[in-house]
Amino acid sequence: MTRLKADARHSVRFSLNGKLVEGEAEPRMLLSDFLRHQLGATGTHVGCEHGVCGACTIIVDGMLTRSCLTLAAQVEGCELRTVEGLAPSADRLGVLQQAFRRNHALQCGFCTAGILMSLDHYLAGNPTPTEAEIRDLLSGHICRCTGYTPIIQAALEAAAELASSKKETSDA
Amino acid sequence: MKPPAFDYLRAESIGDVLDGLAQQGGDARVLAGGQSLMAMLNMRLAKPKLLIDIMRLEELRKIQRKGDTVIIGAGVRQADLLAWPDLVDALPLVALALPWVGHMQTRSRGTICGSLAHADPSAEMPLTLVALGGEVLLRNAKRRRRVAAKDFFAGMMLTARSDDELIEGISLPVIKGSRAAFREVARRHGDFAIVACAAMKTSTGVRLAVGGVADVPTARDWPRLEGSALDDALNAFAYELGARDDVHATARYRRDLVRMIGRDLIGEVLQ
Repeated sequence: MTRLKADARHSVRFSLNGKLVEGEAEPRMLLSDFLRHQLGATGTHVGCEHGVCGACTIIVDGMLTRSCLTLAAQVEGCELRTVEGLAPSADRLGVLQQAFRRNHALQCGFCTAGILMSLDHYLAGNPTPTEAEIRDLLSGHICRCTGYTPIIQAALEAAAELASSKKETSDA
Repeated sequence: MKPPAFDYLRAESIGDVLDGLAQQGGDARVLAGGQSLMAMLNMRLAKPKLLIDIMRLEELRKIQRKGDTVIIGAGVRQADLLAWPDLVDALPLVALALPWVGHMQTRSRGTICGSLAHADPSAEMPLTLVALGGEVLLRNAKRRRRVAAKDFFAGMMLTARSDDELIEGISLPVIKGSRAAFREVARRHGDFAIVACAAMKTSTGVRLAVGGVADVPTARDWPRLEGSALDDALNAFAYELGARDDVHATARYRRDLVRMIGRDLIGEVLQ
């Protein structure tokens, strides 16, 4: 049993995009704030802070997770993936990110980090999604700029591209 | 939108949880998936002094089919239950209702029992528990008890759970050969229901359960009714639920939904 006192800061350690990270947090500190303020990982955005808008969505141990509905203390020892982990290298975009760029699937970009994480996670398990499935997934996010249509287009394009690239390598 | 200060206890045994609840009582809250409780904390609608995280307890993560019942532990996430291979066969109503709970991004973390503990009157899992006539398995440091679904929900966001009790799990009956139907009307898929209805064929006729209208999900059993007798029964039920106007819908619209969806679903399960 571990009991962390309310009025003290406690060490929190986990893996962030494959790298071990460590910081200090009071028990009440939200994971979204820990990522942004303690670790400087500001790619994860904070919108509504009650789990409705989806901007702060990340992946914790393979589960889509609202980081604003999660305490930093809860993810001790877990594996986290955030939007910073999507690009294959610092100067290149991933397939999904490229599709977003081509299709103008973002304008202000505030919701984009969360939507990218949801889509990245979903497409990994469902390589040939229908438009209806993408729409259902996106019901967990709010975008006030795009009207969603270009996001759906980008998701379907990225899925097709990922599926065809996988086919080529698996035939070998 | 930041939580108030609290101690955080990462439980490593059920004993840790029960001790924490015994010592701190009403000032302690059990944290499972956090999809309701964390929002309540962020909005400071809940101000516990102690949060007890139960999600590292493997013994609470089980879904067990024992004869004609299914036991679902307090740590079972909504996504875990949706992925359970026996779900459609054993609990067809749950299979229909679960996709309406929140969004994929919240079902991945939120638990079945957490939704019941929160007891939102328009939530799908409380409605399903009442429709199936399930039981809630409660436990404190001294004893265990089982509470029937209809006695568990005491009012809007109020339950029969005592401050020192953990919801250890729920027990749902496997009803052989029962046809089930579920439908919900909300502004957006994944939002809380304006009206949600579940219907089941029973040995004596049909059961209709309604959420989102009264302060608690409410079930009603009828013999096999048809035509105007069914319409009259549905109309009386719709009024008895005491619908109120709010920003989402008028009371009359809610009664209309109960009458229309109720008739559709009853037709579906009795055909």
